[in-house]
Amino acid sequence: MHHAPDDLDNLIVCPTCDLVYRAPAVAARERAYCARCHTVLIAPRRKAGKQLIALALTVLILIAAATVFPFLAIGAGGVRHEASVLDTAFAFSGLLSVLAVAVLLFIVIIPALRLILLIYVLAPIIRDRPPAPRAKAAFRLSEALVPWSMAEIFALGCAVALVKLSDLAEVFFGPAAWLFAALVVIVVASDRLMCRYSIWTSLKE
Amino acid sequence: MDLPERVKTAREQGLVGCTRCTRPSPAGTPHCPRCGSRLQSRDAMSLQKVWAWWLVGLGCYIPANLYPMLETRTLVGTQSDTIVGGAVDLARHGNWGVAMIILVASVLIPVGKFVVLAGLAIGVRHGPQISEAWRHRLYEVVEYIGRWSMIDVFVVAILSALVQLQALATITPGRASLFFALSVIFTMLSAQSFDSRLIWDSAKGARPARNPKERIA
Repeated sequence: MHHAPDDLDNLIVCPTCDLVYRAPAVAARERAYCARCHTVLIAPRRKAGKQLIALALTVLILIAAATVFPFLAIGAGGVRHEASVLDTAFAFSGLLSVLAVAVLLFIVIIPALRLILLIYVLAPIIRDRPPAPRAKAAFRLSEALVPWSMAEIFALGCAVALVKLSDLAEVFFGPAAWLFAALVVIVVASDRLMCRYSIWTSLKE
Repeated sequence: MDLPERVKTAREQGLVGCTRCTRPSPAGTPHCPRCGSRLQSRDAMSLQKVWAWWLVGLGCYIPANLYPMLETRTLVGTQSDTIVGGAVDLARHGNWGVAMIILVASVLIPVGKFVVLAGLAIGVRHGPQISEAWRHRLYEVVEYIGRWSMIDVFVVAILSALVQLQALATITPGRASLFFALSVIFTMLSAQSFDSRLIWDSAKGARPARNPKERIA
């Protein structure tokens, strides 16, 4: 019933259903689930930190490039028009210009900010240095931004737009289309690499 | 994983678990010592917040269906399409596949989210009619799928940016796109406000008698 303070560090509470477990030793590539609600509690990977940083840097570069290069172009009757992410955001004008801001936030600014925070938090950890100043607040913010980071949703939106337009006009892939395809794959891969429990326990000084 | 003899919830042990980093602290601790998040055994305001965002979200979803989502100007004329109108139009042109996808993604899923969130909130307050495991599964689906609804808004943006072929054809976003985006954002906030631990609290207590008026989801 009563636990000593350092004992509490060895317990783990399922964030979804509140059951308490003694934190098990989990080997790399193994996963510990909550027995009741099956939420993944611990899922460590060897060298996950280094790989996460590498993937985050890649996605940052992809987002920057995909923002300015055109991803799709259409042609009909001798007229050709192409669009980049910036063009897409500014498709909303007048009353709808708040949506231009929202689109830029969801697909460029929030994903980029989240990745920068993640790199900031992980970089000292992988070199066995003490955590960066305010690393906890940085990781908390980065985690809170996860649902609002929608770059991969936009990438799939391109595929939907492509299908919708295919019988209306000729559609061409721009250079950024391939960046988007890579982006979806990498976002899914880094999601599987991330063990939040491991990161939090390595952040406590 | 090594389960203790009898697994108990943090609340039963006089502890409060951090939902961000999973560390338990003695009940009453304001901030988690490991990650600094605010600690609450159960979010007492959870249901109020769920309902508040839910109502605003529903309020935005109605105009999202009444106003046009897209305005298409071609040589033949101008056409304004609502979400359902556009799907019906596609189906009439024999494009059944795409029409079904649009109806599922823009109508069935958003309406389903509203129904499930309301059902979960009602279940916590008035006694659930379906098992914890199922309600938990429904909650996970709603939380996961929520952000993907934004794809409609992105598609409108992409089409409008792309189809700018002078006199031949131009597409401009309609007013519904703003309401649809707001509706997605508010339902995401509603789902995030729901404290999933409330689902499991009823597991221990006696279940209230079945009442056909309170059927959920």
